[in-house]
Amino acid sequence: MASANLLQSLDYSVLQQCMHCGMCLPTCPTYVETKMERNSPRGRISLMRAVADGDLQVTKALSDEMYYCLGCLACQTACPAGVNYAELFETARAEVEQAQVDDGMQRGFWRWLSLNVIFMRPWLLRLIGRVLHVYQSTGLDALMRRLRFFGLMPPSLKKLEPQTPKIAEHFSDDLIWPEEKPKQDRGYRVGLLTGCIQDLAFSNINRDTADVLLANGCEVITPRSQSCCGSLHAHNGELELARELARRQIDSFDLDSLDAIITNAGGCGSHLKTYGHLLHDDPFYAGKAKQWDKKVKDIHEWLVQIRFRKPTAGAGVSEVTYHESCHLCHGQKVVSQPRQILASIPGLTFKELPESNWCCGSAGIYNITQPEQSQKLLTRKVENLRQAGVPVVATSNPGCHLQLANGLRACSSHPCQEVTQPVTLLAQAYRAEQSAQGGGVS
Amino acid sequence: MNKIEARLIQSLNEILSPDRVLTSDEDLVPYSFDGTAALKQRPGAVVFPLTAEEVSECVLLARRNNVPVVTRGSGTGLSGGSVPLDGCLVICLVKMDKLIEVDEKNLTLRAQSGVITKEIDDACAKVGLFYPPDPGSMKISTIGGNVAENSGGLRGLKYGVTRDYVMGFEVVLPDGTLTFLGNKCVKDVAGYSMKDIFIGSEGTLGIITEVILKVLPRPKARKTMLALYDSMEDAAKTISAIIAAKIIPCTLEFLDRVTVQCVEDYAKIGLPTDVEALVLMETDGHPVVVEEEAAQMMALAKANGARDVRAAADEAEGARLAAARRNAFSALARVRPTTILEDVTVPRSELAAMVAFIDAVAKKHKLQIGTFGHLGDGNLHPTFLTNERDHEEMHRIELALEEIVEETIRVGGTVTGEHGVGLAKKSFLKRQLGEGSYELMRSIKKALDPQGLLNPGKIFD
Ligand SMILES: Cc1cc2nc3c(=O)[nH]c(=O)nc-3n(C[C@H](O)[C@H](O)[C@H](O)COP(=O)(O)OP(=O)(O)OC[C@H]3O[C@@H](n4cnc5c(N)ncnc54)[C@H](O)[C@@H]3O)c2cc1C
Ligand code: SF4
Ligand code: SF4
Repeated sequence: MASANLLQSLDYSVLQQCMHCGMCLPTCPTYVETKMERNSPRGRISLMRAVADGDLQVTKALSDEMYYCLGCLACQTACPAGVNYAELFETARAEVEQAQVDDGMQRGFWRWLSLNVIFMRPWLLRLIGRVLHVYQSTGLDALMRRLRFFGLMPPSLKKLEPQTPKIAEHFSDDLIWPEEKPKQDRGYRVGLLTGCIQDLAFSNINRDTADVLLANGCEVITPRSQSCCGSLHAHNGELELARELARRQIDSFDLDSLDAIITNAGGCGSHLKTYGHLLHDDPFYAGKAKQWDKKVKDIHEWLVQIRFRKPTAGAGVSEVTYHESCHLCHGQKVVSQPRQILASIPGLTFKELPESNWCCGSAGIYNITQPEQSQKLLTRKVENLRQAGVPVVATSNPGCHLQLANGLRACSSHPCQEVTQPVTLLAQAYRAEQSAQGGGVS
Repeated sequence: MNKIEARLIQSLNEILSPDRVLTSDEDLVPYSFDGTAALKQRPGAVVFPLTAEEVSECVLLARRNNVPVVTRGSGTGLSGGSVPLDGCLVICLVKMDKLIEVDEKNLTLRAQSGVITKEIDDACAKVGLFYPPDPGSMKISTIGGNVAENSGGLRGLKYGVTRDYVMGFEVVLPDGTLTFLGNKCVKDVAGYSMKDIFIGSEGTLGIITEVILKVLPRPKARKTMLALYDSMEDAAKTISAIIAAKIIPCTLEFLDRVTVQCVEDYAKIGLPTDVEALVLMETDGHPVVVEEEAAQMMALAKANGARDVRAAADEAEGARLAAARRNAFSALARVRPTTILEDVTVPRSELAAMVAFIDAVAKKHKLQIGTFGHLGDGNLHPTFLTNERDHEEMHRIELALEEIVEETIRVGGTVTGEHGVGLAKKSFLKRQLGEGSYELMRSIKKALDPQGLLNPGKIFD
């Protein structure tokens, strides 16, 4: 298949850019946990470089290290030298996958099933979603749990079962028309990405996003049955599949006719903005992918860019704090915009969360692959939320949303009772405005 | 050098516990270097003691087996001090990270060596106290590393360096002895000042396990200003004028043209990129005094040819202006794959000439050198932007560095103002010190560590 050593074929200057100054160490959740260099960005980069230099074999231990890394990219924000850790991290995971040093039968099967089968087929993913929904809404899940059915499943999956997201009753395609026009058109035409997890678990947030866009004079184009953006694949070392999904994604939109492609999931957005790099070798897609990167905008970023309209009514919430999705703040550097949006809502007091940009431990499928470290991070986050002492927390990524909800649910008498998203609060405020004026949505 | 034997690893496992003894390739590769560019050597094993007694036992074991020991804090050193030797034992102190006591009655603080420098100042800030030494690496460097390197920072002009705050410490000597040097007394003249020999000894004389630091009341006010110049001479003249006016600002830092351009490219602060020098000035203390001094400094800057002087309205803006200086190294590091940060210091009167000299050397050897540093104390950081894989260019850097060092010594300067000698500056040391003091240093090392156990080959052979 591909070349013998992916890290070797990487542009060496990316590896060299690290001058081992150590400024990233205090921001790295795994280093801070163990205080061992190999668990730090600087250490991991040195391991990658040793592989590229032929000084180190690709071993199971190396694979473990790459999967112990959260991919939270806090190191990238801290790095004075501008090291592109995201690219190194994806290449290194692809490297260990290619070397097949970690090929337990079970791991292989579940990886294959999820990455190669389920997340490659939007219809299948939705079908599974439907089945899960029925299963959850009929109470069958509780019954199965009582019958100890899950005793039959592999332990890693068993642990996961209670964390399965609550599947929404309707998916985005039922809630959003392929083309929706605003009442007052400001001349913007934007594409809306519905995502996969977002679509299954939080289709209402997609609806909220469309509403917020409409309220700000944007025409919204939402292609049907979109596929996964491929971030899960890229972060788990399946770069070929990630490329395939990127091509499909680009093909779903008529790029020239759109001012922006809007994403509302931090993790997806961070990956979506790198299609240019992912497809730079592709003779047909390289140019389109570059154009694509320029147009992808996180919803908060876009709203602030077009000077979104401040709502005149409140969102029915009095106090809120904000947890930053790693890939939104470190990956996309969208930091102030969600706060500006929250602060624009009348009657809503915004309170900073201590360590708001410290990873919550969700990190893609990290909570499945590294349950222990994930739990430690979640505990730290839940404690910080207690410090903030506010009843509602907003965040901007479905993974973080689920993780926080799970963490708070497991912790009775916690002051924070609700997880939501900035766009949802903004949409609620616009709706409240409308009903005050006696009109409908949008 | 002998590689570490299995038998020895077994003993280390017994002294500590297996999870605190690293020996696999994947564990050791990340300990092959510190913050110094282009120096690399894999150790034989890395251990993480939690107490001074464990450190002592590890040292004794290494001594009995003739295995050299390299002490490591966070490995941010810029002279190769914690770069391992082939097959050595690295004793890493980052897990000895307990802050033991903040003594408000005596204005002292006691901490294990592995505590991060910034955590020390943070702990002080909570009770209105202040730990002034602030190396650029303070977010991650350890206090033990700071003492071993006698680190300085942006506030050095007014507050001095680490040495000025060390009142005492616990140290493990090369023969395993555990002893305490110094105490909490402000005045103490009992015998030789033994602790001073260990401060700045770069891990060659003993392993410091716990420190007592002097701390100060936190200054109530601070004001930050930025002055822009069309000539380096004018910047230097301003500094002299400020000192002559009997003002000791806490910070007087500067960036040269190359550095300003890089900072602006990277941080987009809104600096003009055609200036020859940018000077960051800061004064702290009583609010009334701060106001008065700030006004005087701004007037002196203008009188001495500053093109523009800006004062920060508040702390936040001050931090933004200071970011220009704090970002200097980062901004330069982004330009080329390899960044070599140098550390020459000259008497303050020689500053302007030295900066011009460095500029000329860069032109002569066709190199990219950005210079920034501490104008107030004469400490310059000429920073070479290069690619370590370009051997021809690396050779030209060697030549350029040689000329810069020659000139530094000629004007009565020193080859390192804060980063230490380690491996990087070893070859220059004798030239600067001269035979007498060089041999004195060596004889001290021999007296304390006859076996050459601790960090052999660092500072001198
Ligand atoms: C971005 C950046 C900015 C920097 N800015 C500054 C600055 O402004 N001023 C400045 O002075 N330096 C600066 N440095 C250099 C460096 O951070 C300091 O020398 C620092 O004190 C090293 O601390 P460390 O814990 O990383 O020590 P290490 O690098 O691990 O060790 C440094 C030396 O100390 C010895 N050592 C460490 N701990 C002990 C101990 N407990 N007992 C005995 N010996 C010990 C080691 O053997 C080695 O010789 C900077 C470095 C970087 C990367
Ligand atoms: S991505 Fe996160 S966990 Fe991984 S090295 Fe960077 S900071 Fe550490
Ligand atoms: S901050 Fe950047 S350059 Fe420094 S060690 Fe970390 S990754 Fe390397």
